[in-house]
Amino acid sequence: MKKLGSVFMFFIIFSFHSCRDSTTKVEEDDFEEGVTIEEIKDLERVKQVFYALPSPVEIASLLNSSGAVFDGDLLNPVENSGNYLTTKSMALNLGVYITDLSYAGFFDQTQVSITYMAVSKELAERLGIMDAVDGQTLERLEANLNNREIVMDIISETYLSSSAILKEDERESVAAMLFAGGLVEGLYIASSLVDANNVKGNELVRHLIDQKYSVELLMKILEMNKNNEDVEDIYSQVSRISEIYKTFEVPSSATPVPAGRGEKGAVTDTTGESVITQRQFQDLKEIIETVRYNFVSSV
Amino acid sequence: MKSIIAVLLFFAAFVFLPGSVSGQCKIFAKRVCKAELGSYMHDGNYHAAVLNEGEEAELYKTFFANHNYRLAICGDDNLAGVQFTVMDTDRNEIYTNRDNDYSTTWDYSPESTRQLLISVKVLSSESNNGQNSGCVAIMFGFKEK
Repeated sequence: MKKLGSVFMFFIIFSFHSCRDSTTKVEEDDFEEGVTIEEIKDLERVKQVFYALPSPVEIASLLNSSGAVFDGDLLNPVENSGNYLTTKSMALNLGVYITDLSYAGFFDQTQVSITYMAVSKELAERLGIMDAVDGQTLERLEANLNNREIVMDIISETYLSSSAILKEDERESVAAMLFAGGLVEGLYIASSLVDANNVKGNELVRHLIDQKYSVELLMKILEMNKNNEDVEDIYSQVSRISEIYKTFEVPSSATPVPAGRGEKGAVTDTTGESVITQRQFQDLKEIIETVRYNFVSSV
Repeated sequence: MKSIIAVLLFFAAFVFLPGSVSGQCKIFAKRVCKAELGSYMHDGNYHAAVLNEGEEAELYKTFFANHNYRLAICGDDNLAGVQFTVMDTDRNEIYTNRDNDYSTTWDYSPESTRQLLISVKVLSSESNNGQNSGCVAIMFGFKEK
């Protein structure tokens, strides 16, 4: 009977860990005495939900395709990294620095890329995710600086490793902060590059409008981790951006589209146009600047 | 002696399982699934989990107008297969790999930016009483238009 109990306990632990990546988590306390195996199996089948934000690499590519130029003055200075002493400030600014790194990499800023990869490595180490950026990563980056495709692949691997290690270690709240830092930095770069007198028909403004969906997804990720007080603070800051976005008219994403055609067949849908006023753009820009300032000046 | 082994087993499971299982998922995603993206640039996001047969997962993703995308969804070899369906946010079906012999990839070229929902289900095998579980990875690649 004791042996049976041990095996049953082992099964419970295994089931519990299998669900831990789930956003609809099953808490350990749920497994109380008297719970049947069937009930445990039902709990295991709780549907997992993921939210995919645009990564720093995708953000950099979107900036490029929206006609952005490189402006090194917009980056968070690497000298600030010494100020980041808490998990919150380190995670937020690792996200910020990886987005800066992607922006520099995509715009062929080789020396800046090396500097920002090095500062990302340092912050990753201090956050306890040392495997995310190792010495070989830096060497590989330096050896391929003239090949944008390889540079972006290295950055993409760095981001994947950072978020994967945090998920493996069940530090989902830290991952959420990393995502928030990365996305807000992307919004900051885009909004800073817009000529405020030329909002109508501006591709970067269109890019910013499109990020409404990303901010919605980020809010969901932060909301899931609000039991962490650092995340709760970030949630309330990002919600200020979200509130501005709610005043925008963005075409419904529910527009019917043709069914998929064959294996790997590309599918297209109808074009939607979004328009915001100069006033709305200014409001959005100001809030983004404030939130980003709070992120990079946190300690 | 047996009780000592049981206790050791208990702690070993508690300490090592989360890292080892999800660690395998990371390796699977990077080594196997990423290759499915072909010439598309991997976006760097990591979405992978251990799923049981019959289990489902959902993922929300924004597809931007000025990019072409490839979605790759891969399951461990020990799984019977993975079905995925792409829907709009009102759950109108846009594509399912069920109609394409459970292809692991789907290419998409949105004309306007839109948020889509990807529903993933691990198929049940007739053998093994549907008890298999394995890693399922969802990866995105993109190209500028």
